[in-house]
Amino acid sequence: MHELSVTESILNIAKNHAEKAKAKQVTDIHIVIGALSSIVDDSIQFYWDIITQDTICASAQLHFKRVPAKLTCQDCNHTYTIEDELSPCPKCGSIRIKVVGGEEFWLESIEIER
Amino acid sequence: MTTENVPVVEKIMNANDQIAMINRKKLDDAGVFAINIMASPGSGKTSTILRTIEDLAPDVRIAVIEGDTAPVTIDSDKVKALGIPAVQINTGGSCHLDAPMFSRGLEQVDLANIDLLIIENVGNLICPAGFMLGSHANVVVASIPEGDDKPYKYPNIYRGIEVMIINKMDLLPYVDFDMDYFRKGVQILNNDAVFFNISCKTGEGVSEWTSWLKNRIQQQKELAK
Repeated sequence: MHELSVTESILNIAKNHAEKAKAKQVTDIHIVIGALSSIVDDSIQFYWDIITQDTICASAQLHFKRVPAKLTCQDCNHTYTIEDELSPCPKCGSIRIKVVGGEEFWLESIEIER
Repeated sequence: MTTENVPVVEKIMNANDQIAMINRKKLDDAGVFAINIMASPGSGKTSTILRTIEDLAPDVRIAVIEGDTAPVTIDSDKVKALGIPAVQINTGGSCHLDAPMFSRGLEQVDLANIDLLIIENVGNLICPAGFMLGSHANVVVASIPEGDDKPYKYPNIYRGIEVMIINKMDLLPYVDFDMDYFRKGVQILNNDAVFFNISCKTGEGVSEWTSWLKNRIQQQKELAK
């Protein structure tokens, strides 16, 4: 449900940058989503199709780049990604872990026609 | 027609986060310490707040902001019954509080006359995690009957917290809850979280939590001087 306000935010950012670049329309939008950011791309797509009607982004395709959760062990320095369940360091079993990736949630770039 | 790539690289939550920083400044200027309590429905957020009030008031002057998806005043009525000002924010079906909603709630709080502001977020382990409000500490209340697998299923909410309260400790003998497994999950995600095991029913552990809180309120007061 919070994807609605998130989608509005994506639209605002895309519109701002499109206007600055004097675009006629936006054709593509590239979004990066980390595995730890609890955002569902299907829901974003659903709201996107509704809220972009009659905007400069009306025909823009959304592209999602998923980034896995990346952790570094603070005891043995081993870096690993989490595909399934959260786990302690697979090398030394430590739980002194630093999250170094997977929290991304940003708009990387847009493609426009002038 | 050819298309042109325009690099953006902007955090999607930027607009929310900027308002959160304005909220934070307001609180800091007033020397008020604010906590954002998040949890799933039924974990005991309101009970924890009521226990906290009973322990700290009237020495600590408290106000509460209640986030609810439905226009019901069940929680804020309980707070008001203790003589504590409570502001109700109806999110209108939305699953979380965001910084603009909190900002509007903040306008109705007499910041000059309180030391501690408690925000009760909407009961949900997913959505509130993405929206900074401007509070000083995020707190998650888990409870024994919810099960020990929550950090593994809802990792995001544990990332930005300072305090992990485990409520309903009195039920531990009756429920299969592996405390080590739960704690390990939270610690992998957030090695700095401070744990408090409490029971709102028996009062066990509540004073450890409130003394932590008293310390932080004091620090905040000193910073504002």
